[in-house]
Amino acid sequence: MNTRQIKDTIAHKSMFLICLLVLNLALLIAWGLYRRAQPILATKSLGELLLNSTWHPGSGQFGLDGFILGTIWVTGIAIVIAVPLSILTAVYLAEYAPRKLSHLIKPVIDLLAGISPVIHGVWGVITIVPLVRDYMMPFFTEKLPFLPFSSDNYTGFCALTGGIVLAVMIFPIIISVVCEVLHTVPAEIREASLSLGATKWQTTKLAVLRKVYPGLVAAVILGLSRALGETIAVLMVAGCSLFALPKSFFDPAYPLPALIANTYGEMMSIPLYDSAVLLAAFILLLLTTLFNVAGWGILLRLERSRC
Amino acid sequence: MSGQSHISVKNLNIWYGKQHALQNINLDIPNKKLTAIIGPSGCGKTTLLKSFNRLLDLQDGFKISGKVLVDGEDIYDPKVEVTHLRKKMGLLSQRPCVLPMSIYENVAYGPRLHGIKDKRVLDEIVERYLQEASLWSEVKDRLHQPASRLSIGQQQRLCLARGLAVEPEVILGDEPTSALDPISAERIEQRFMELKGKYTMVIVTHLLRQAKRLADYIVFIYLGQVIEHGPARELFEKPKDSRTKAYVEGSFIEGYANQYVI
Ligand SMILES: Nc1ncnc2c1ncn2[C@@H]1O[C@H](COP(=O)(O)OP(=O)(O)OP(=O)(O)O)[C@@H](O)[C@H]1O
Ligand SMILES: [Mg+2]
Repeated sequence: MNTRQIKDTIAHKSMFLICLLVLNLALLIAWGLYRRAQPILATKSLGELLLNSTWHPGSGQFGLDGFILGTIWVTGIAIVIAVPLSILTAVYLAEYAPRKLSHLIKPVIDLLAGISPVIHGVWGVITIVPLVRDYMMPFFTEKLPFLPFSSDNYTGFCALTGGIVLAVMIFPIIISVVCEVLHTVPAEIREASLSLGATKWQTTKLAVLRKVYPGLVAAVILGLSRALGETIAVLMVAGCSLFALPKSFFDPAYPLPALIANTYGEMMSIPLYDSAVLLAAFILLLLTTLFNVAGWGILLRLERSRC
Repeated sequence: MSGQSHISVKNLNIWYGKQHALQNINLDIPNKKLTAIIGPSGCGKTTLLKSFNRLLDLQDGFKISGKVLVDGEDIYDPKVEVTHLRKKMGLLSQRPCVLPMSIYENVAYGPRLHGIKDKRVLDEIVERYLQEASLWSEVKDRLHQPASRLSIGQQQRLCLARGLAVEPEVILGDEPTSALDPISAERIEQRFMELKGKYTMVIVTHLLRQAKRLADYIVFIYLGQVIEHGPARELFEKPKDSRTKAYVEGSFIEGYANQYVI
């Protein structure tokens, strides 16, 4: 063997090893979390942990219900706000905007994606919290004085605030994935539809978006999984205190990631405490992985079945 | 020129950015005849064809001067409704491009856009135009399957049916057989022969033999200019311009065209 071939073999083998290492790291994390969550799973049934809302570690109560519900509230609100707005933005950028304009805006959107979550959190505290506290909450509690609009949390730190801040954080990812996906649609599809006398909007709605429908789903799922895992910004604006189950937009919500970040490392003398928190982490990891795999799976399938 | 022209082009100039793709085109496309546009690659055939239904409007940096009259009306007049114009000018593209839906939905797509909702009327339209494109017998049992499962030749006939279903007056074809195998191509050609008296047809083709077989009228373009146009027989047998003569004889530009002749 000459040296060129030796180098080639070394490069090949070492890249394979590195790849294996990275993959194993992910598995190791999952396995580690599971191991550490084992003690609580051994003493309590899954129903007792997941269908129970009392979180009182001091007295051995570890119901994760409130946190799971908090996660659902905050991510749900974020998705409902972000999906229509960001899909329409992407459609505008990819289909309607003059090329120059979209070339100008795209980097700005990528820039937004890179902003540190803590900045979003600060921005939320400065602007969204007062907005919700001084305008939205009084408006809703007066006009719609029932659940899920009424609440006795008048601070502005609530599920809605968390959802709005999260929505802003997932805009860029959904917009850029949808833009990418729209660029995979061959120009011929648009020409075919237009030359039958369709308007631009008809073409976009009936032919283009239909063509990329799985891609839209994938974009939403990727946004969702990002929202599920987001911690610090939510921690700063969503209230994150657990008095009762969050029932209203304006109740404080305490999602899983916030719970983990807030409590892990404290009060570890309480038996089973760390195990419960790590179970929460394990659940979070499972959920995020699931959504990511589904999202990318759909995207790949779409790519393979291109016109 | 004969008074029987359907599309007239007057002093047409087209630019892509700085590139002057079509220069000073004057042309009359005869009514209810098949006109073939021939010329070497990159000479502007597609550009001319797409200028007839304003699909070029989608291109960045596209600029136009001069007039294209369809039925005596300038289609680049700002008052013209582009959707109406495009409905009038059916387009068959180089690669068949089915819409991402079923066979049935592909044909019903156009009529639906233009307001036909009645299921029975749509059923009739779908059957009639699939027949007209001689595809009906092959697909009548699987109308609701995705159109993308059809073979390429069947897809092109589906595109033809889809285009006919909006009842155009003109059929534009951009090398409509170039992606097809010889048998499928022949079937499309046969359809064209039968449709000739009913529609004004403008077909871009690379194949001189195809132009000879199908066309009543020929337009020869070279480097963005119309060099010669006239009735097919005349142009093939007694070309006036030396460049046309060379092209139809296949001795043009270092053998470029040779592969297409005999
Ligand atoms: N969107 C565009 N932007 C810039 N230049 C273009 C564009 N479309 C076409 N051109 C240029 O305009 C000229 C004419 O192109 P056109 O597609 O009309 O040629 P054609 O005769 O159809 O060629 P072919 O037989 O290969 O299809 C070519 O030089 C081409 O490079
Ligand atoms: Mg062409």
